[in-house]
Amino acid sequence: MAIEFKPSPSLPPPSNAVGAVAWIRKNFFSSPLNIFLTIFSLYILYLLVPPTIEWAFIDATWTGENKDACTAGGACWAFIVAYFDQFMYGLYPQSEYWRINLAAIMLAVLIGMFAIKSINKLFLSIVILVIYPVVAYFLFAGGIFGLEVVETSLWGGLFLTTLLGVVGIVASLPLGVVLALGRRSNMPIVKSVCVVFIETVRAVPLITILFMASVMIPLFLPDGLNFNKLLRVLIGITLFSAAYMAEVIRGGLQAIPKGQYEAADAMGLTYWQSMLLVILPQALKLVIPGIVNTFIGLFKDTTLVYIVGMFDLLGRIQSATHDGDWLGTTTEGYAFAGLIYWAICFGMSRYSMAVERKLDTGHKRN
Amino acid sequence: MSEKTTTNTSFFNDAGNRALLFQVVLLTAVVAIGYYLFHNLQANLQDQGISTGFAFLNEPAGFPILIHLIEYTEAGTYGRAFLVALINTMLISFIGIALATIIGVVMGLARLSQNWLVAKLATVYIETLRNIPLLLQMFFWYFAVLAALPHPRDSIIFGDFFLNKRGIYSPNPIFEDGFGVVIFGFLACVVAAIALIVWAKKRQTRTGEWFPAYWTSFAIIIFGTIICYLLAGSPVTFDLPEASRFNVKGGMVLVPEFVAVLVALSTYTGAFIAEIVRAGILSVSWGQTEAARSLGMRDSITQRLIVLPQALRVIIPPLTSQYLNLAKNSSLGAAIAYPELVAVVMGTTLNQTGQAIETIGLCMLVYGSLSLSISFFMNWYNKKMSLVER
Repeated sequence: MAIEFKPSPSLPPPSNAVGAVAWIRKNFFSSPLNIFLTIFSLYILYLLVPPTIEWAFIDATWTGENKDACTAGGACWAFIVAYFDQFMYGLYPQSEYWRINLAAIMLAVLIGMFAIKSINKLFLSIVILVIYPVVAYFLFAGGIFGLEVVETSLWGGLFLTTLLGVVGIVASLPLGVVLALGRRSNMPIVKSVCVVFIETVRAVPLITILFMASVMIPLFLPDGLNFNKLLRVLIGITLFSAAYMAEVIRGGLQAIPKGQYEAADAMGLTYWQSMLLVILPQALKLVIPGIVNTFIGLFKDTTLVYIVGMFDLLGRIQSATHDGDWLGTTTEGYAFAGLIYWAICFGMSRYSMAVERKLDTGHKRN
Repeated sequence: MSEKTTTNTSFFNDAGNRALLFQVVLLTAVVAIGYYLFHNLQANLQDQGISTGFAFLNEPAGFPILIHLIEYTEAGTYGRAFLVALINTMLISFIGIALATIIGVVMGLARLSQNWLVAKLATVYIETLRNIPLLLQMFFWYFAVLAALPHPRDSIIFGDFFLNKRGIYSPNPIFEDGFGVVIFGFLACVVAAIALIVWAKKRQTRTGEWFPAYWTSFAIIIFGTIICYLLAGSPVTFDLPEASRFNVKGGMVLVPEFVAVLVALSTYTGAFIAEIVRAGILSVSWGQTEAARSLGMRDSITQRLIVLPQALRVIIPPLTSQYLNLAKNSSLGAAIAYPELVAVVMGTTLNQTGQAIETIGLCMLVYGSLSLSISFFMNWYNKKMSLVER
């Protein structure tokens, strides 16, 4: 008579190899070095965290007219409260803040409309890229429909930072694509013009380019023809990041197998058709992380306009800390600015990860 | 070429002709714009009475420079000031690169650590510093941290080191006559150490016997130099900083401008390098480590001979661009008055002489050559480390 083999059920793993205890042992106390590292890290946390919380929240002062109100010994957030409008809008006249707010809301609504499925995306893109900038420009600068004219020298704060960042990002991407395509071109003159431009710009720091924009460009233009400093700086920032963008996109173009180029040619597509319909959609998708890194770099680099005398968010904070009523509040100002920059940059990098996952069609090498 | 033209396409439908035409148009446009700008420039310079050329470099500068490694006084020329600034830029770049590399490697490894707490702390460090503008960080170190240090009269004292608002004071070594012997001895030890490494490598390829050449040569250099130093009769004395009632005098001073730029540059770039190091190490597949273990290699050998060489191949190209970024970002020191190239040449010199074209051109040239030389060196190193494919 056959005896059926019945395995007895597996024993559970030993109790010290599962659960919280095992996790703690494995992560914190697996070796003498590890124990030392754990204690060292805890000590660092002890040194940093409690004093920071105490300074930023427990001992902090939230309201007050000047520095004298801050007697608790902690952070003087009253300074940020007092200067909040200036940090956001610069010296833009207070009665006209609604114009900036309106433009911001319009942009948010337009971008939010991408989520609606029934809307024509191409049409929406054209509205955002062509019509919106014109509307926004006249809202900011004024001069028509009885809107008061606001000089660009009054623009500042987070408003200016965002403006520089958004315009730079929107303008540098297409320019970078053109430069990258030019660098990969078979035409020797086109190629060398692009190579020389990209390599020259990449070899020098942004400051030199900003100085060039603010000091040197007027020397190169004929008498009488001179344009706004903000515009010159914008052009400088855009050209600068376009060179970096071009190198990122070139990486994507190189990663597309030759067969794709040949297949597009075999279909009888023209150069621009094959680029726009076949190559670029694939190439850009591959280099999203690089593109977003360049965007983040550009956004952080907008702080440099302070050096050529424009007052973006950091510039406004820097000048506010020199206010006699609020001496000694630099740390609060920098903490506030740092938090804003950090939130925007970190948000951008997380968003890019989400986009990357969404667009991933599984062609990537794993 | 002649076959192409035999087909009955019109002139403009031929790809070659169109390319030629397009390039001619582009070239004409570039030349025309260039000529137009140059023409305007000449007219403008004439109108404003600015003379061109580098003659101004020989004129006395008349402004002091806070940090100068070579002799410099207010009576020095603009040329001399330029040289001082150039040395300051190179000083901060090289020290910054060294520090950033150390921070980056430590933080990159820490983020990969098995210890959960260490890995999380490293992640917080990296994600915080990477996402905050460098200029803001520099301001923070300079205006918030270093400016909050005590006045000179209540300096923080560690032995012969003083820490206060005006900087970090440390003993200043003074090299006396016999010091040449020590330098000579040090160089001799280095040569001996290199010879030892070469010999050990040759012997290992020949016989398979292993010799701890790196540790031995390290010991040779350290102890050899110390012996030379003692034999030469200890030819170094220290100028110690002394606290008087309101100030600290003597010694070597690290001014806050230098410290702020250095700390900001190296911690910021270090965060980027940490991510590069982490990506490099993760790119070496775990199978390589397992294979090395199954061959019976010790962990340290596995890391040094198997993982590191393969990781370096991934690490070096992005590391190069981080080094270049650091060198270029040192120009931000201008914002907190560290006297580097941009501050001295494009700031003070430009303001005093009005020679915009020359000064900005000079700066771009210097940064261009600095970038080129760093990338040249790193390309050479990359080639040396890269996979030899047959």
